[in-house]
Amino acid sequence: MGKGLLWLAPALALLASPAAAASKIKIGFVTTLTTGAAVIGNDQKNAVELALKHMGNRMGGLEVEIIFADDEFNPQKGKQKTEKLVKKDKVDIVAGYIWSHVLMASASTVLDAGKILISANAGPSALAGKKCNKNFFNISWQNDQTPMALGEVLNQRGIKTLYILAPNYAAGKNMVAGVERTFKGKIVGKDMTKWPTQIDWASEFTKVKAANPDAVFTFYPGKHGPAFIKQYQQAGLTGKVPLYSVYTIDSIGLPRMQKAKMKGVLGTFMTQTWAPDMDNAQNKRFVADFKKKHGRYPTFYASQAYDSMFFIKAAVEAVGGDYGNVTGLRKAMEKADFPSVRGKITMGKNHFPVQNFYLREVVEDADGNWTTAIRSTVYENHVDPYAKDCKM
Amino acid sequence: MNLRAHATPRSLFTFAVLALCALMPFIAPAIGQDYYVDVFIRIMIWAIAAVSLNLILGYGGMVSFGHAMFLGLGAYTVGILSYYEIYSAFIQWPLALLIGAVVSLGVGAICLRTKGVYFIMITLAFAQMIYFLGVSADEYGSDDGLIIDERSQLGGVLDLDDGLTFYYVVFAFLLLSLFIVKRLVNARFGMVIKGIRSNEDRMQAIGFPTYRYKLACFVIAGVLGTLAGILFANFEKFISPDMMYWTRSGEMIFMVVLGGMGSLFGPVSGAVVYLFLSEFLSNITEQWHIIFGPFLILVVIFARGGIDGLLGGKRRHHG
Amino acid sequence: MNWIFLAEQFLNGFQLGILLFLIAAGLTLVLGIMDLVNLAHGSLYMLGAFFAATFAQWTDSFVLGVLLALPAILAAGMVIEVVALRTLYARSHLDQVLATFGLILFFNSLVQLVWPLDGLTIPLPAYLDGAVELGLGVTYPTYRILIIAVGLLVALGLYLMVAKTRLGMLIRAGASNRVMVGALGVDIKWLFTLVFGLGAMLAGLAGMMMAPILSATSGMGEQILILAFVVIVIGGIGSVRGAFIASIIVGLIDTMGRSFLDVLLLAVLPVNAAEAAGPALSSMLIYILMASVLFFKPQGLFPAQSG
Repeated sequence: MGKGLLWLAPALALLASPAAAASKIKIGFVTTLTTGAAVIGNDQKNAVELALKHMGNRMGGLEVEIIFADDEFNPQKGKQKTEKLVKKDKVDIVAGYIWSHVLMASASTVLDAGKILISANAGPSALAGKKCNKNFFNISWQNDQTPMALGEVLNQRGIKTLYILAPNYAAGKNMVAGVERTFKGKIVGKDMTKWPTQIDWASEFTKVKAANPDAVFTFYPGKHGPAFIKQYQQAGLTGKVPLYSVYTIDSIGLPRMQKAKMKGVLGTFMTQTWAPDMDNAQNKRFVADFKKKHGRYPTFYASQAYDSMFFIKAAVEAVGGDYGNVTGLRKAMEKADFPSVRGKITMGKNHFPVQNFYLREVVEDADGNWTTAIRSTVYENHVDPYAKDCKM
Repeated sequence: MNLRAHATPRSLFTFAVLALCALMPFIAPAIGQDYYVDVFIRIMIWAIAAVSLNLILGYGGMVSFGHAMFLGLGAYTVGILSYYEIYSAFIQWPLALLIGAVVSLGVGAICLRTKGVYFIMITLAFAQMIYFLGVSADEYGSDDGLIIDERSQLGGVLDLDDGLTFYYVVFAFLLLSLFIVKRLVNARFGMVIKGIRSNEDRMQAIGFPTYRYKLACFVIAGVLGTLAGILFANFEKFISPDMMYWTRSGEMIFMVVLGGMGSLFGPVSGAVVYLFLSEFLSNITEQWHIIFGPFLILVVIFARGGIDGLLGGKRRHHG
Repeated sequence: MNWIFLAEQFLNGFQLGILLFLIAAGLTLVLGIMDLVNLAHGSLYMLGAFFAATFAQWTDSFVLGVLLALPAILAAGMVIEVVALRTLYARSHLDQVLATFGLILFFNSLVQLVWPLDGLTIPLPAYLDGAVELGLGVTYPTYRILIIAVGLLVALGLYLMVAKTRLGMLIRAGASNRVMVGALGVDIKWLFTLVFGLGAMLAGLAGMMMAPILSATSGMGEQILILAFVVIVIGGIGSVRGAFIASIIVGLIDTMGRSFLDVLLLAVLPVNAAEAAGPALSSMLIYILMASVLFFKPQGLFPAQSG
């Protein structure tokens, strides 16, 4: 038997990778680089690379090694890749995660290993509330907050009847729950559609027409957004029923909509924590350099990914480059003393940001490109509704 | 297995893979790559699922395109019970297996009325229904899935939270499912099932109640698939509807075909090769499907009999 | 709920049905005649959309884009048949499922490498981009009416071809008895390639018609593929007539489920339960339909295969 196994030794030796040099900090970044959602992941990847370039690829004197991993838009695959980052590549910090389900599946892998996990987009309610964790930080927002802000906007604008259209998956339900939490008028119709397979809303739009509401609220991230807006226009609803959205219109979709001459999107409203026109040095540099390199505005996904790198950098500097000191890193991250493209944000006790939410409108910029601009502040220093459930 | 009597490449390979599985928890730390312990747990769980699918697909000739539903049933039973803080394996596991049996009996009873493409599609339809049930289960996280706080508790007998213990529990179940399938196919039952695969009308004419045999086979495979689901939930400590999506069933079929249909150990080799190959290719390029897709086609066209066939196993015409 | 609403929902269902028919027609012919389970049929739908979008960008015209894309997808279909699928005809369904699954993976990655990651959009000419008044208060998007019209024309053309031409006769003969056609001295290989190309063109056409509504994106084929399989299984494999009827049924049931199920459930269930069950049931509706059809008619509604 011993002989039978001898041939295995060289094979196994090949599987082992050389130990990392100590002067480096390794960061894993999990995002979506294939499937239809790849475009979002690539935007994040570009932003991370830009951030590293802006910091000269160094954090607290250490060289940064970034390893991107593709979750294939699938929780099991995401967890597998996370496992590999933690156990094989032995990264020091794991960041990224666009999708709530991928983050939920992967969280335990990072946290059980005693490492720090940073979400650059996904903000599921479970991790903000009952299942919050000392080593988990979110640098974007909690799912419910943005639609809650939108509900307030609807109240302010005297909307009395609302029709809701959203995909039937967890983030979709969070968004709907959020708007329902604050909107005071009557909800005259609600359709939760198959996700991600349904991309044709003919039947739902007919129902909207029959219900004739004051406004429509929607949430369709990624490639569904432009398709939704286009069909909204084709159904003859644009101009008749004002459209309010969250995370549906982004800087990836807008240039495409402009190319397809979908004028109906101009003048529609959304709420968000960030916009390309925010007036601070960090944001100006980020947006200008991103535009120069990629020929369009960065998305909010990119802005958060960019922030996540500076967030880590500040913490690594605070512990003087001793990245093995997880307690120290955590303490520094709780202070969130870093230059955010959103201006100043702070960390709540559940490790989700406490920040402003703004009303944004789709407009044409000075060069004739479609983008979004901030119109007003809806919430100041808003704390998410699940923070109170977090025992930490 | 008596090695000395016939040490064919095939039996040596089987032995090597099993030995690798058995010793991985010691090999991996020795080379500083604990990561491969997890990789092997995942491989063994998929292997159990593939072994169960092979029973109907390889031996029975029933092309089920919905086997992932049983994985889901097992995992969801464990997940939902632990959501209500019922962690005891003595409740979770028998209940899950029972549900797997009942569902496979019902689904099988309907599906087995059809043949050929209709059977492929109707099994797919049932898996999709259960998938959408999972997507709609708001209370249990719907699409986002559900985090499981603790692994099943075996009342002090074994502690599954201990990595090594869990590893060998999975390994034991793999051996057990191989044993069960081996006993089944070598028994009269297996002869009848194989007979039905090659000519159902003849078997019927001889006087075998073929429908019942097929149904029994379907239920056994379903229960074994459910077992894989139970282990899966415990391993990942997370469940989500994705594990029941139709492409998952497709992956399982591929493992069986890659390993060699209707060979006892084939599905295990299939699972090993598939998981390593997908990892290897995804390291080369993000768009690894562009290589994997044609590879799949080439395997189908040229490597009939799969790995088992290459190792000199009996060539089978599955047609 | 008034009848205008009902009429519009009927049109929606009908339009979805027509679209499904375009895809299912090729699928059922290929399965019926060549006995090939082609999962990659959805990829042809996707390729059609990408071809049309690309040509439309070059020529700056949607109509020209479609006219150029049609022969392109016909050719692509025939090449795929010759290169990858021909050897699979003699194989088991299982082998076919796997190999064509491999094709799906390949094509989904390929379009991501060739075209932008976020896919392509086709702008519609202004005269197609609005909605028209159909009388009695019913308005409907112009472009969707065009889809219905094109679909009906194709269905009519296909019917005439199958019923009246020599090729159609061979197709009918092939669907009911494959061996016999070969024995008649017909060059089966060439016939198969042609039929496959035709099916590819129909699926591609469906993709082209949907591209202005959905945009061309990687993976768009699988979303419709399963639905198309449901259609041909319900309709009976190999039967174009069955595919047409089943398409319309599936289209209508899916649409009606999405429009009325929640209201119906609210009448019998408490609000919370109805809100949870509504989307679940409407997602499952067509699978339930398929399972029940097969339960009573294991060969589908219009079995074409005689032996």
